[in-house]
Amino acid sequence: MTVPAPIAMLAELTHRCPLSCPYCSNPIELAQKDRELPTETWADVFRQAADLGVLQLHLSGGEPAARRDLADLVRAAREAGLYTNLITSAIGLTERRLKELDEAGLDHVQLSLQGTDAAMADRIGGYKGGFARKMQAAGWIVDVGFPLTLNAVVHRQNLHQLPRAIEMAVEMKARRIEVAIVQFHGWALKNRAAMMPTREQAEEASRIVAQARADLKGKLVIDYVPADYHSDYPKRCMGGWGTTGLNVTPDGSVLPCHAAETITGLSFDNVRDRPLVDIWYKGAAFNAYRGEDWMQEPCRSCDRRKLDFGGCRCQAMAIANDPNATDPVCIKSPLHDRMRALADGFSHDDDAELTYRAGP
Amino acid sequence: MAQVGIAPSDVPVIPRGVRLHFDKVRDLWVLLAPERTINLDPVGLAILREIDGTATLDAITEVLAAKYDAPAPQITADVRDFLAGLMERRILEVRT
Repeated sequence: MTVPAPIAMLAELTHRCPLSCPYCSNPIELAQKDRELPTETWADVFRQAADLGVLQLHLSGGEPAARRDLADLVRAAREAGLYTNLITSAIGLTERRLKELDEAGLDHVQLSLQGTDAAMADRIGGYKGGFARKMQAAGWIVDVGFPLTLNAVVHRQNLHQLPRAIEMAVEMKARRIEVAIVQFHGWALKNRAAMMPTREQAEEASRIVAQARADLKGKLVIDYVPADYHSDYPKRCMGGWGTTGLNVTPDGSVLPCHAAETITGLSFDNVRDRPLVDIWYKGAAFNAYRGEDWMQEPCRSCDRRKLDFGGCRCQAMAIANDPNATDPVCIKSPLHDRMRALADGFSHDDDAELTYRAGP
Repeated sequence: MAQVGIAPSDVPVIPRGVRLHFDKVRDLWVLLAPERTINLDPVGLAILREIDGTATLDAITEVLAAKYDAPAPQITADVRDFLAGLMERRILEVRT
């Protein structure tokens, strides 16, 4: 296959974060501060990414505001020609820092929402007073004039707050809201019993989103990530493994997706050792699941393989213990019934407690 | 259901966080917006280049009709559809 150039890069600037959300997509093995790439190396990676064809840069973490050099990083990314999106909890963003980010050329802010009131948000984020600080910072974000996307991560414990989350996005004059039902990778995999939505909740969420899309057309754009354990067909794996985006970890490893390090047998290049262009086009991890040669049945002969690329490799690893397997979410997977039983079991485990993300 | 529309006297505005960008790797113009990259064909690019924050929809279609020597009603329909599509996605705003 001809390998296209990537469009998007997720730069995980740090794994440090004041919150400890139980669904954090960071790996269980978190990178220490002293292993984080320095400012100059990130600036160089941004230039390499732009030369490679990346247009959209997502500055993420952990909490990217934990990096004192965040404004310098934004400036370097803009100078490289990238569209800069800050993915933040807003904890640690002061009015002064937001003005610095504005001067540095930050294009857009995506603000996470753990709940629609302090009781829920502070419990899920594991940080008392976090919601009040977030809402204060949200006001500053809007005052500075940044376009805003609200990112509501929803699960069994807070799905009843979804209508209010959508209302809040409108009140905050956000142009977009991303409604993401927790995807079970990273720390979330430890929290399936505490966070898995029930099937009824998942269906209700889809109805709420469809109605809000119709009611708020032209006012608020809603992107939606449905509950995949309850689906009949799998999500599109990264829009195609190694075709659209790449992910750079705080210490410079380059991954085809967030959770790729969970796939045993893959080895990852580091920006400290190899040019990004080589990593993208020639790196072993990026080539592992490109195209269709790696596919097994039922994917290999299935028409949907061009739609969903066999689904999520990390989910195949986690559930089928085989990264080449059909995503067990798929109704054609021999493990689909087991997946369904897992989902129903987890979603009715009323005694399960949250396991919070640890610090790096 | 809310309706997205644009009147002849409306002034289209490219809002903050949305910008034209020449993609040198793919050799094409794109519109960069939050979580979206829109590849532009020559028509889309021509329309967006006429948006300066002061020109009305009417003025823009007039300029384009003259420039491309095309009938104004046809141009008006094309421009209206294109801009309404962007408005629906919150990538374009209008001042009335």
